[in-house]
Amino acid sequence: MVQHDGEGYWKATLGLIRNVLIVWFVVSYGFGILLAPVLNNIHLGGYPLGFWFAQQGSIYCFVALIFFYAKKMGQIDEKFDVHED
Amino acid sequence: MELQTTTYIIVGITFALYIGIAIWARAGSTKEFYVAGGGVHPVLNGMATGADWMSAASFISMAGLIAAFGYGGCLFLMGWTGGYVLLAMLLAPYLRKFGKFTVPQFFGSRYYSKGASTVAVICLLIASTTYIIGQMTGVGVAFSRFLGVSNATGIYIGMGIVFMYAVFGGMKGITYTQVAQYCVLILAYTVPAVFISLHLTGNPIPQLGLGSDMVGSNIALLDKLDQIVTDLGFAQYTTHWRGSMLNTFVYTVSLMLGTAGLPHVIVRFFTVPKVKDARSSAGWALVFIALLYTTAPAVAAMAQMNLLKTVNPGIVSGTLTDITASGSQIVYDERPAWMKRWEVTGLLKFEDKNGDGRIQYYNDKSSDPKFEAAGWKGNELTVNKDIMVLANPEIAMLPNWVIALVAAGGLAAALSTAAGLLLAISSAISHDLLKEKFMPDLSEKGELMAGKIAMACAIVVAGILGLHPPDFAAGTVAIAFGLAASSIFPALMMGIFSKTMNKQGAMAGMLAGIGVTMLYVFAHKGLFFIKGTEFLGLFGGEANFFFGIEPNAFGTIGAIVNFAVAFAVKNMTTPVPSDIADMVEQVRIPRGSKAVDGSH
Repeated sequence: MVQHDGEGYWKATLGLIRNVLIVWFVVSYGFGILLAPVLNNIHLGGYPLGFWFAQQGSIYCFVALIFFYAKKMGQIDEKFDVHED
Repeated sequence: MELQTTTYIIVGITFALYIGIAIWARAGSTKEFYVAGGGVHPVLNGMATGADWMSAASFISMAGLIAAFGYGGCLFLMGWTGGYVLLAMLLAPYLRKFGKFTVPQFFGSRYYSKGASTVAVICLLIASTTYIIGQMTGVGVAFSRFLGVSNATGIYIGMGIVFMYAVFGGMKGITYTQVAQYCVLILAYTVPAVFISLHLTGNPIPQLGLGSDMVGSNIALLDKLDQIVTDLGFAQYTTHWRGSMLNTFVYTVSLMLGTAGLPHVIVRFFTVPKVKDARSSAGWALVFIALLYTTAPAVAAMAQMNLLKTVNPGIVSGTLTDITASGSQIVYDERPAWMKRWEVTGLLKFEDKNGDGRIQYYNDKSSDPKFEAAGWKGNELTVNKDIMVLANPEIAMLPNWVIALVAAGGLAAALSTAAGLLLAISSAISHDLLKEKFMPDLSEKGELMAGKIAMACAIVVAGILGLHPPDFAAGTVAIAFGLAASSIFPALMMGIFSKTMNKQGAMAGMLAGIGVTMLYVFAHKGLFFIKGTEFLGLFGGEANFFFGIEPNAFGTIGAIVNFAVAFAVKNMTTPVPSDIADMVEQVRIPRGSKAVDGSH
């Protein structure tokens, strides 16, 4: 494998990690903690929204994020031809 | 059937199941003892990781602490799940590619020195032992209640059982056993939650029930809870911070980083067949963990509601409105049977301070004058937070088999995690420390024996310290996470994401990170958690003196110190050898991954 490809692959990987981490931060620390007092003015059924993100919503997002990452990473592996046989 | 008999039967059946599986899948070689041959399917591995992960802290203790913290309990919920995102992306695939089978081996190779792996072993031992103290606290609570003995006796019995259990098999036995344990513990957690949710809100799904209206009214459960707890002088349930916003924030960070830094969880990802599987395994693990973690807040709020209903029945049902009126609290002599059962363990206490024979449960630090006006002389009911989950089905008056099932689940949770941790400890001492460093010609048999002795010592130390635990089970475990977050996680991450990080930087970073964290924790909780050796006086005597941050949350600060020191030292010392930089390059791509082997 030529050096150039390795760099491109790593850059694509880091880009994906960065994007996932942004969503990860926003749903947990953002909606669940920093903005929770504001979001609590909105209700989701009997849940204040900030409380819901902190105790429920962020966890659902984490699960989705990992599978999204695993899928995207698989595509990046194929694209740069570094996947396992 | 008697509750006690039912409990023995159900606990007995589940134990027979685990032991049966352990014998069926008994470990043969050293390699099998530690990593189960590398052929575990991602979904099964995810389930086993779930059982390994969800310990007494998650199962027994967490919901009780959430009930007490209210909204602030989110730090456990997010902290102990969000770390999996970090683990899946930042560590698991790369460590799998690396192809070693313990964390210290990774350090030894990546940081090209035995010194780095020794420092890692020390950090790992400190964090794991602290973790086991928390488990022992939980085990003690579970055994004391179900055998009807004191908390201390419960811990002694627990020590014996954990030891027998851990030396029985290795990882292989444990992987399949843990799949069974996961099934038991998740059933035990969700079944009572479904019953209780149905009973309180009419919705059988606890995750939805928590956001629903109370049965027969149009008031949301959380609104009702807010109303009653504030009426009793406590902080509002849905908005109450744990300490402060800053403390909640750093506490959550600390637990997340710790998740990605604890050896018994990381080691799971060494055992999957491929790099690709390491990524999805983390996802599957989190699916199974999330089942419990999204149920926990419902268990917490509903247990709190049911406790209040027990003490102030008229207020909760809405037939009475004046919470301080004499008729609104129950008469002690008419208390339900579950209170009597827990009084035996010493974990639930009643003291009739104003001598009226009724139970006044409220926040006696509240400035509201109505309590004094009503002749209340202080809170009279003390409920240990660690008993909430186990007592929950009793409080809700569920059938005996459900109560017994919860007992079995609590024990499964505590045992599975304790076993996984003890294995991490035993491999760290026998393989990474003795064989690699001090006794290179140690035979395979000798290595296994040394590992078992190490386990026994760890159990005794943790059990003794667990008699006077530094915190509730989940709180102690949080400290363990902080210690891992401040030492192992940053060094692992830099090992993969920084090609230039050298051994001096990594070692200095780990020592500095765990050093400041231990200093802060021990100042509050005593030297090595021994009561009476706290030294807060050195820092002005005020608790949480660093911006109001609790010792349990300090791992975040430790991690920052770790990163800062590592980069500073790296810049002052000799650069990393070029073959190591090439190795890091190789670790970053999935192709060419080999089966795991322990050689160098």
